Amino acid sequence: MSDKKTNQVGDTGHVWDDNLRELLNEPPRWWMISFYASIAWVLVYFILYPSIPLIDSHTKGIMGWTQIKEYKEDLDKIEQVRAPWENKLKGMSAAAILADSDLTSYTISSAKVLFGDRCAACHGAGGAGNPGFPVLADDDWLYGGSVESIQESITAGRQGMMPGFAAQISDQEIDDLANFVMALSQGNGDSQPAGKALFDDAGCSGCHGADGKGMHMMGSANLTDGIWRFSSQDQLASVKYTITNGVNTGEDTARNAVMPSFENQLSATDITKLAVYVHQLGGGQ
Amino acid sequence: MSTPKEDLPDTHIDELYHEVPINTGGETIHAKRAPGLFRTIKWYTASIWLFLFLGPYMRWDGKQAIMFDIPGRQFHIFDLTILPQDVWMLALVLLFFALLLAAVTSIAGRVFCGYFCFQTVWTDVFTWLDEKFEGSPLQRRKLGQAPWTFNKIRIKVIKHAIWILIGLLTGISFTLWFGDAPTLWKEYLTLQAPLFAWVTVGTFTFFTYVFAGFMREQVCFWLCPYARLQGMMYDCETILPTYDDHRGEPRGKLKKKADESGKKLGDCIDCKQCVAVCPTGIDIRDGQQEGCITCGMCLDACDVIMDKIKRPRGLIRYASLDEMEGKPQPPLIKRPRVLVYFGIMLFSIAGIIYGLNTLGALELKVLHERQPLFVLQSDGSIQNKYVLKILNKTDAVMQVNVSATGHPDLKLVGAEEPFSLPNGRVSPHTVYVRIPNAKLTQDTLPIYFRVQDITTPDHVVEYKSMFFGPKN
Repeated sequence: MSDKKTNQVGDTGHVWDDNLRELLNEPPRWWMISFYASIAWVLVYFILYPSIPLIDSHTKGIMGWTQIKEYKEDLDKIEQVRAPWENKLKGMSAAAILADSDLTSYTISSAKVLFGDRCAACHGAGGAGNPGFPVLADDDWLYGGSVESIQESITAGRQGMMPGFAAQISDQEIDDLANFVMALSQGNGDSQPAGKALFDDAGCSGCHGADGKGMHMMGSANLTDGIWRFSSQDQLASVKYTITNGVNTGEDTARNAVMPSFENQLSATDITKLAVYVHQLGGGQ
Repeated sequence: MSTPKEDLPDTHIDELYHEVPINTGGETIHAKRAPGLFRTIKWYTASIWLFLFLGPYMRWDGKQAIMFDIPGRQFHIFDLTILPQDVWMLALVLLFFALLLAAVTSIAGRVFCGYFCFQTVWTDVFTWLDEKFEGSPLQRRKLGQAPWTFNKIRIKVIKHAIWILIGLLTGISFTLWFGDAPTLWKEYLTLQAPLFAWVTVGTFTFFTYVFAGFMREQVCFWLCPYARLQGMMYDCETILPTYDDHRGEPRGKLKKKADESGKKLGDCIDCKQCVAVCPTGIDIRDGQQEGCITCGMCLDACDVIMDKIKRPRGLIRYASLDEMEGKPQPPLIKRPRVLVYFGIMLFSIAGIIYGLNTLGALELKVLHERQPLFVLQSDGSIQNKYVLKILNKTDAVMQVNVSATGHPDLKLVGAEEPFSLPNGRVSPHTVYVRIPNAKLTQDTLPIYFRVQDITTPDHVVEYKSMFFGPKN
C-alpha cells in the first residue's frame, strides 16, 4: 500500500496533539462545480427576481415577477376551469339544473361558498337553522319547497305577518289556544275543544287554514307537524308569546321574522345556484 | 482497508494517512476491456434495458400494452387497469424490489450495481463507444493529451454526437411509457409534443450525456445513495469479488522469483491487470471498498493471467470474507438477515396477489353529512344525509341499485331510481335516510349501504356508516 501516490497532498501546517494534521485534500470536482454553479444561480436569480431589500422598496428584477401577479394568474386558471360550467349555467332555470346530475354536483359545490357567505349567518351551516330562523334542511316550508318558490324567497325576500291577539282575547283564551296548537302538532287537536272552537272564532283559520296546515301563499305556518317556526325549550310558552304579540306587527314586542331580498346583492345566476343548493339540503320538493 | 493491525508500523502515524486512494474524478478512468465470463454476463444482464426502448411499442387489444397514463390517472398493464385507488399495490411492488435489492446484496453484494444499474450499464455502453472510436486505453490517453488536430476533432465530434443521440433516445423512450408511443413519436418528429415531454427528454438527454459520458464512476462514488446503503447490508457471509491475500501475498514480479531465493512469493505477480480493467479505477487487492461495484471484471482479468502463469484460477474470486479466512459458510436458511428480507418480500407479494384478486369493479365511500347531523322532518322522522362516492372501475357506464339496512323502519330517500355511474371515475350521489323519531331507541346506530350493478349482480359493494338522532 505504501507505494501509492496518495500522500502527495500537503497540509496546512496546523498540527494538534502531536500528529493531527489538517490536510489540503481537494473537495470532489463535482462538488466544486455545483458550488460555483450555485453562485451563478444566485447571481442570475438576483437579476431576474425581486431580491435585494432597499430602504423603502426592493429591487424589482427584470422578469417583473410579483406574488400578487402569480396569484392572479392562478386565479385566472381556476376561472378558466369553471368557465365552461358557468357559461352553461348562465340563464338556465333551477329545475333544468336539477335535471342534470353533473350540473347539480357542480352547482352544489360552488354555491356552498355563497351559502356560507350570505345565508349561514342566520340559517346556520348546512341550513341547520337557528333560534328564530327556519331550518332549511327539513321538508317544512312556509312558502313552499319547490325550487321555484325557494328562488323567489331568495330573490324578493319574505315578510309574513301575524297580528298579536292580546287586545282581542283574554289570557285564558290565549292559554286555551296555545294548548290546542300544542295538541294539534301531536295529531290530537280534538282533545282541546275550547281552543279548537277559538281557532275558528278568533280568525286563526283564516290564515292557518281550517285544518291548521298553513298556506304557502301567505307564509302561514303549518301547525299540525312537529316543526315549530319559533321553537324553544318551553314550546308552550313560545306559542303563547307568538299568539299574544304576533309577528312583524311593527310593535317592539312582536316577533321579528324577515327574510331580506338578495335581488340587488347577488346575480341571477348566483340566486339560481343558491336555490338549487337549498333545495338539495334535504327537504326540497 | 482490511490490513491486519499488526502490519501497521505503529511508530509512523503517517502510515494511517496512506489509506486507499480516493478517486475524486480528477483523472478519467480508461478501463481496459477484456473478454471473459463476467464480461459476457454483464452484456446479458445489461440487455434487460432493451425493454426500456422496445417496451412501449408492445400492443395489446389494439392499445398500448403498458402505459402509465398520468393525466388520465390510470395505469394500463395488459388487461389490467389500475386506478389511483389501487396504487397502494404499487407501494408493495416498490417494497418488494427494495427488499429484493437488500436480500441480493446481503447474499452476493452489489449485484444490482455491477450488472443491472442504468448508471453502470450506460457507462459501459459509452466506454465501449470510447474504444470503438478512440481505441485502447493507451491510445485514448494519448488522444486526450494530443493537440487539437482535425482528426481529433472529427473523432470527438462523432463520438459525442452518438452519446447525445443515445441520451436523446433514452429520454424519448422513457416518455413513451407515459403516452401512446406512435402518437408521441409523430409529435416529436413534427415538433408538436407538449412542453412537458420536451423538458423530460431534455433532462434525460442532458443527464445521460453527463452521467454516462463524463461523471461515470463518480456518480457511484458521490451521488448514488444505493451505493452507500448497500455496503451496510454486507456481512462476513456475503460473497463478493475478493482478492485471496493468503494466496497472493507477498506479491512480486514473476521473473524475480528465481532471484530472491530466500523469500517465497505469492501467486500475485503484481501485473495490475485487475486495476487496468476496473471501471471505477480501484485496486481490489486493497480489500473490499466503497468503489467496488462487484462487476467481476477483475476476476476475468486475473483468471487469464493465472492461466498464463499456470496457477489455479480464482486468486480473485467470488467468496465471502469468512470463506477466505477458512471459516465454514452457513447455508442461506441459517442467516437471519436473509430470512427477514425474504419474509418481507413474501409479505409484499402476498399483498399484491391479494390486491390483484380483489380489484373489484366498484368502490364505495359514504360521507355522512355533519352540518346538521340530523334534521327533524314534518312527519316526525329524523333524516340523515349521506353522500355516496361511488367509483366505477369498469370500462362502461354502470346502472346500480342502492339500498340501505340497519333499522326496520328505515326509509331510503333519493335512491328510488337506479344511479348511472360514469366509468373510470368517482361520482357523488346524495341520499337521505329517514327513521321515525318514535322508533329510535338510541342516538346512534350503524347503517349499511349496498350498491349493486343491475346487469352484473356480482358487482356489489357495501359500506358501513352511522345514523345519528336526537338523544331521546
